[in-house]
Amino acid sequence: MRHISIEPPAFFHRGPAPITRLAFFGLISIALLFVDTRYHYLEGIRRVVAVALYPLQRAAQLPGELLGDIAVYFASLRSLTEENTTLKRQLVERASAAQGFAAAQQENARLRTLIDLGSRYPAGATAVEVLYSSRDPFAQRLYVGKGVDAELHPGEAVIDADGVVGQVTRVFPSMAEVTLVTDKDQAVPVKVQRSGVRSVLYGSGAGRAPELRFMAPSADIQAGDVLVTSGLDGTYPPGLAVAKVATVDRETGQMFARITCTPLAGVDRSEHLLVLAKSTATPPRPEEPAESDAAKRPGKGRRKGAGTP
Amino acid sequence: MALPNIGGLASAGPDEILRPVRPWFIVATFAVAFVGNLLPLSGVALALKPDFVALLLLYWCIQEPRYVGVGIAWWIGLLMDVGDGTLFGQHALAYAFLAYAAEYFRRRVLRFPPWQQAAQVAVLLGLTSALVLLVRFVGGAPVPRWTYAVPPAVGALLWPVLTAAIQSWQRPQPSKSAL
Repeated sequence: MRHISIEPPAFFHRGPAPITRLAFFGLISIALLFVDTRYHYLEGIRRVVAVALYPLQRAAQLPGELLGDIAVYFASLRSLTEENTTLKRQLVERASAAQGFAAAQQENARLRTLIDLGSRYPAGATAVEVLYSSRDPFAQRLYVGKGVDAELHPGEAVIDADGVVGQVTRVFPSMAEVTLVTDKDQAVPVKVQRSGVRSVLYGSGAGRAPELRFMAPSADIQAGDVLVTSGLDGTYPPGLAVAKVATVDRETGQMFARITCTPLAGVDRSEHLLVLAKSTATPPRPEEPAESDAAKRPGKGRRKGAGTP
Repeated sequence: MALPNIGGLASAGPDEILRPVRPWFIVATFAVAFVGNLLPLSGVALALKPDFVALLLLYWCIQEPRYVGVGIAWWIGLLMDVGDGTLFGQHALAYAFLAYAAEYFRRRVLRFPPWQQAAQVAVLLGLTSALVLLVRFVGGAPVPRWTYAVPPAVGALLWPVLTAAIQSWQRPQPSKSAL
């Protein structure tokens, strides 16, 4: 001690020894870790503590916002004009596609009514801004600036201008957590746009390409194929672009082809995202298949991201 | 070797007497460290960002073990778990371990000048993040990138700066009525 103590030295009443305390708190931590991994009982507590932490979180965002404001203030006229031109060009380019899409959607809706099927398109969408990416180096997540206040719900699909980014996994009062398609625990049911082959795209964690697993070497997939959501899980609406096949490795002697993909959306670049509200007309889930059926489809249905969360 | 004494911002020498720390000051420093940890960073800045709360916790556990110990560290860890959206108990376990290690090594660490303390701090912070890695592996997490080892090193480099900054607050002000 290098300072003058204002209290008498506490020689006697120091409570249990540090090692005892470490053992006690360590055991509680391990119990908490177990409960949090296996069951999801603690989300309520998490939400309450998150509200208490909110002022600190806002304070942490102030410097960034300030810097952003300053950057906007000093943005040159030239760069703004350039950006404006690019945006206008993109708008025109996409307008024709959008008009074609609107017509196709109407036609589709009419046809679906004819054959008595419900609508599969999302009920609405909310534009959100990315606040920051997750500080957890083991997960691929980001946080967006709207939450319960904008009626976001866990399980809603999140897209950007180029494709699927991920899905909402936790919702806080004015913030929501989005788990990216590149996260290790994410799985997106997809189909190949060219051939219609269905598969599931599994994330592989930070810095690694997502993969299509359990595809036979003879499957009709080529490098460069675009994967779109198949809509089979009821989480992602059908037809959204997800990824492009990067490499297909059909090594003889392996049971499955090794297929790596590149996400089309700017999963770690996009700043503005769109959260798609869930379609209310999702058909009821069928009864759980018998065990023999489940055994035929290895890996499916065991992942957190694939089914309804 | 001490830091160059610029504007009074230097760590206390062994013969110097500092003012006693007040509990509110500890709380205030933790609030600042929390804001530091919650900064919305991405990319390189995020990969470099040390765990300010762990660093500060280590500082107070070494300097003021009567105020900050294993229990406090555990509660702070729970708060950090919510702030970071990680598994409940992950930071709590790591911080409790860090506080215990600090309590165990504090008399030894305090004998060294700040730059040599930093080397020992690097080991302690590294062990703590190794513990987190172990916990996440058991939970089925993927292997993180090599940048996982960077934040503890950055934290250790910041140790002398942190020591100097906090102790410059505790340095007695020259009394005006002395002359």
